[in-house]
Amino acid sequence: MADAVLDAKGLNCPLPILKAKKALKDVPAGGTLEIVATDPGSVADFEAFCRTTGNELLDSKSDGGVYTFLIKHTS
Amino acid sequence: MSDKNNAKSMSIIVTKGSLDWAYPPFILGTTAAAMGLEVSMFFTFYGLALLKKDLKLQMTPLGNAAMEMPMMGGHMVMPNAMAMLPGVDAAATVMMKNLIKKKGVASIEELREAAVDSEIKMIACQMTLDLFEYKREDLIEGHEIGGAATYIDIATKSDINLFI
Repeated sequence: MADAVLDAKGLNCPLPILKAKKALKDVPAGGTLEIVATDPGSVADFEAFCRTTGNELLDSKSDGGVYTFLIKHTS
Repeated sequence: MSDKNNAKSMSIIVTKGSLDWAYPPFILGTTAAAMGLEVSMFFTFYGLALLKKDLKLQMTPLGNAAMEMPMMGGHMVMPNAMAMLPGVDAAATVMMKNLIKKKGVASIEELREAAVDSEIKMIACQMTLDLFEYKREDLIEGHEIGGAATYIDIATKSDINLFI
């Protein structure tokens, strides 16, 4: 179970990333944020976001047009 | 403002102020800021309109050969002879704003607010203010004033420099 959940369904680029960044601020270091999105571009974008920011992408899965990401707040 | 001490940085020269062209600089600026970059945006010529408190963004299909609006399962391209008629710009703007809402794309107002919140440095070009007779009080709070040298100084220290 993630420490926080962000519902980004229906939002398009770059809103899922912007909202995730905002939500991560309230997640303590070492904590996790789950993001649920419907933007297919968010799969590559959350990988890139984590690569650049140093946060850890623990999980990325897709189920019938819904994408779920689990990010560990490390930086 | 940044997540890292050795933060990367990006600068963008914003030269266009129509509804459609307002997107690339604000999307890239806010996303870079969210990814921990220090971002500066230099608003010059028509781009300066994007700093006005009162945004009245419009767009035009005129001379925009690649503008294909999705319509009834297909795409509509408007011939220039039609695009020049009165009211077409207003109609295209309404259509675009409806599409933006329907597809969950952020409004420019929303993205600009995100830019302010993420402490993006927004610089208004002094020469453009003079040229088009804008007043600083017409622009949003928090903007700075600068010229070409201000931008070059920022650009020499930035990892990414874009002209949009």
